[in-house]
Amino acid sequence: MIGLISYLVFFATVASILAIAVLGLNLQWGNTGLFNGGVAAFFGAGAYGLILLGGTEQADHIGGFELFYPVALVGGILLSGLIAWVVGILTIRLRRDYLAIATFGVAVAFENLMRNAEWLSGGAKGMRGFERPFEDSIADPFVFNIIFFCFSVLVLLGVYLFLEKLIRSPFGRLLRAIREDEVAAQSLGKAPNQVRLTAFVVGSMIMGLAGGLYATFYAFVSPQDVLPTLTFQIWAMLIVGGSGNNQGGILGAFLIWAAWTASGWMLSKFAPVEAQLYTGTLQYIMIGMIIVGMLLWRPQGLLPEKLIVSQ
Amino acid sequence: MIQHLLDGILVGSILSLGAIGLTLVMHTLRFANFSHAELLSVGAYAALVFDGIFGALYPQIRSTLDPLSLTWSLILAILFAMIVTGLSAILIDKLVFRRIREKGDELSMVFASFGVAMVLRNLISLFFGLKSQLFSNDIAFAIVISRDPMILVKPDQVFVLVAALMVMLLFHLILSRTTFGYALQAVAENPVLAQISGVNLSRMLKMIWLIGGSLAALSGIFYGLNNQINPVIGRDLVLPIFAATIAGGIGSVYGAVLGGFLVGIASNLVLMILPSGYSPAVPFLIILGVLILRPNGILGEARA
Repeated sequence: MIGLISYLVFFATVASILAIAVLGLNLQWGNTGLFNGGVAAFFGAGAYGLILLGGTEQADHIGGFELFYPVALVGGILLSGLIAWVVGILTIRLRRDYLAIATFGVAVAFENLMRNAEWLSGGAKGMRGFERPFEDSIADPFVFNIIFFCFSVLVLLGVYLFLEKLIRSPFGRLLRAIREDEVAAQSLGKAPNQVRLTAFVVGSMIMGLAGGLYATFYAFVSPQDVLPTLTFQIWAMLIVGGSGNNQGGILGAFLIWAAWTASGWMLSKFAPVEAQLYTGTLQYIMIGMIIVGMLLWRPQGLLPEKLIVSQ
Repeated sequence: MIQHLLDGILVGSILSLGAIGLTLVMHTLRFANFSHAELLSVGAYAALVFDGIFGALYPQIRSTLDPLSLTWSLILAILFAMIVTGLSAILIDKLVFRRIREKGDELSMVFASFGVAMVLRNLISLFFGLKSQLFSNDIAFAIVISRDPMILVKPDQVFVLVAALMVMLLFHLILSRTTFGYALQAVAENPVLAQISGVNLSRMLKMIWLIGGSLAALSGIFYGLNNQINPVIGRDLVLPIFAATIAGGIGSVYGAVLGGFLVGIASNLVLMILPSGYSPAVPFLIILGVLILRPNGILGEARA
């Protein structure tokens, strides 16, 4: 029983963290129509940033500043925001799919840098030596995980409320106006590119926050955590849940994460040994089919966007 | 230095072939097609299959054409693979992209192309396995061109470069000398206006997929001849091909060729100063550089 509960807590913690990243993507794609092809890089920047700033001293790479946890977390978030700002400023004024290509490139380059620059990130071995806050004072790992789960849910709730408030504010109205008709918005004296850049940077910082929590949870980060697969998963979550709808995004995160873990578990349990080598392959086909299928047959997702008339 | 330059030119010619199709599709259908690079793998594996079939049916065509490691059976297989890949590109468009296009959102097509890429790549892994394969298990000996500095070239590489350049020349002649070529350029420039002038748009779109797919197949096969064939060819080449397209200017076929060589040569020259592990990141740096210096590419024009 305790085993099952602790597994469920583990599952729900990861799903909540991923849901935060989905909410960040929803601000970019769902509310503003910006295509981010490199979610993994912004998530990863938050994770690496946190461990770099908040970790203990390691022999083979820089870091070990042991900063106070919230400071390190904010540091990672700012790093995500900085990368987003640089990419955004270069691409947002161009053809809309340039952002897709450039962000995809950022993710490839980020993963490549983290894998190769041992002095910076520990290379393929990843970064260890992070002491989770309060881990020493809470002896029982089960209790710690439950507390951390509650913390993650609180952060998720905070981000959700923030974004709900944001999209109901004049700024949210502006985002939708630009998404629907850029020229019309411009004719009313709005600066679409600036607004888009703001939304892109804020969305990426939310992804960075998710990455920071993820790294806190595992007290470890490696290039395996920032593979393009993560980007696909986050997208599938948003598209299934319903882009433009924050509740949909959270629902999608839990559904897709459940489908991903369940399919992995079933394949490892029931598939013949030779087929297990192809577990990842089969899972990718599943995610790819889900993305294409949803776009073909239910592009609005399970919970469609609600029209908000802000007063 | 010269060795790196030669390798770069060779890789460049392979990337150029891939970039031509991508630039045509991106210009005409207005979406960044992330599944284009998977057509390279489709082509390489199709050639592998056809080569096996032809070799088994007619053993006499399996002898190699000295000094190349190429066989007549593989040459025949290349032609078939190009057609099959072109037809698969049309089929994918019919199944997925056209339907989403009709709903009207261009960026949804970018999403869909990621999904398509994922499905294609992993279906290939499922059918052909994750291991790398080769067209020929014979060891191709390199010819020493000079000892100081050491310059090595394989006969196959010379063949690939010459063949790629000839295909590009042929495509140039078609574009600049035939009515079909004009129609193709007109569609790429302005689909609606081309239709008014009596160009059959849906047929031209099919031709674009056919040409793009077959050139991608050729690119993938040449890549396989030069390296190995594995299911992640598409994953490894998607960014270099995009970089070539952006550097050349989206919509410009000649730009794509130029961009291909630029990316190929730059990625190889960088190996002189950086460890080889960093080479996958080079195309991204090129994209950044182009976006800063010349956002519409070398030969591209500004358009919304």
